[in-house]
Amino acid sequence: MERIPILKMGDFLLVTIQVDMHDRLVMTLQDDLMEKISTCNSAGVLIDISALEIVDSFIGRMIANIAAMSRVLDAKTVVTGMQPAVAITLVELGLSLDGVMTALNVERGVKLLEKITRSESQYLDGTSAQELVDDNDHKS
Amino acid sequence: MITITRADTRPIQNQGDIVLVRKVVRDWALELQFSIVDQTKIITAASELARNAFEYGKGGTMKMEALLNGIRKGLRLTFEDQGPGIENMELALTDGYTTGGGLGMGLTGARRLVNEFDIKSTPGQGTTVTITKWK
Repeated sequence: MERIPILKMGDFLLVTIQVDMHDRLVMTLQDDLMEKISTCNSAGVLIDISALEIVDSFIGRMIANIAAMSRVLDAKTVVTGMQPAVAITLVELGLSLDGVMTALNVERGVKLLEKITRSESQYLDGTSAQELVDDNDHKS
Repeated sequence: MITITRADTRPIQNQGDIVLVRKVVRDWALELQFSIVDQTKIITAASELARNAFEYGKGGTMKMEALLNGIRKGLRLTFEDQGPGIENMELALTDGYTTGGGLGMGLTGARRLVNEFDIKSTPGQGTTVTITKWK
């Protein structure tokens, strides 16, 4: 069965949506993510949608659902890389994704996740993700 | 006077067809040299209406027409199903109203994304939604 891969990156889960998803694939991603948050004890989820050409009400609802469900599982969700045309269309469509945090790109998204997860629980060790950010900085 | 420069019809019988609808609408919008925002809007509107035709109308078709009005190009999409139809049109065109499990933004949202919107429905016979986006 077709699946969107979910990568574990320290305390966070990373999902990069690269294909135009049919509705069932979207539902599968939602279920897989919740399962993975639980098994990996993840503090945050980052969903990169920079390759998505459109976000319709179904995908928008999925994103809002993932954010809400993650919250219940004590994880934060950040959506990154939304195309400007997608943002314009989404708001005109009537969806404002209330309660969903966004960042311009993956790097900023990871930093945002680190910030909010660290400020919320002091004992959470965010170094592994920080190392990854540093690592990326060196490469670029 | 509006002339039709190209026409085609696509089936909407399963979830995969909704993806194909998005793809073919994108191809046509690109060919008509729509701006990226207008492309995104018409693809999104098509996605909403294709899903409606599949989910509520139990499948149907999308007719595509590339239009020319003087020098102005446009894309007209007609979604037709033979489903149960819409009993209360006023309610169906209200933001947030749904008889399914959705957000109730599909129909009203699609209307906001295009220049022209027309819906006809006969309970028990089906629904036809026509949208037009002008360049």
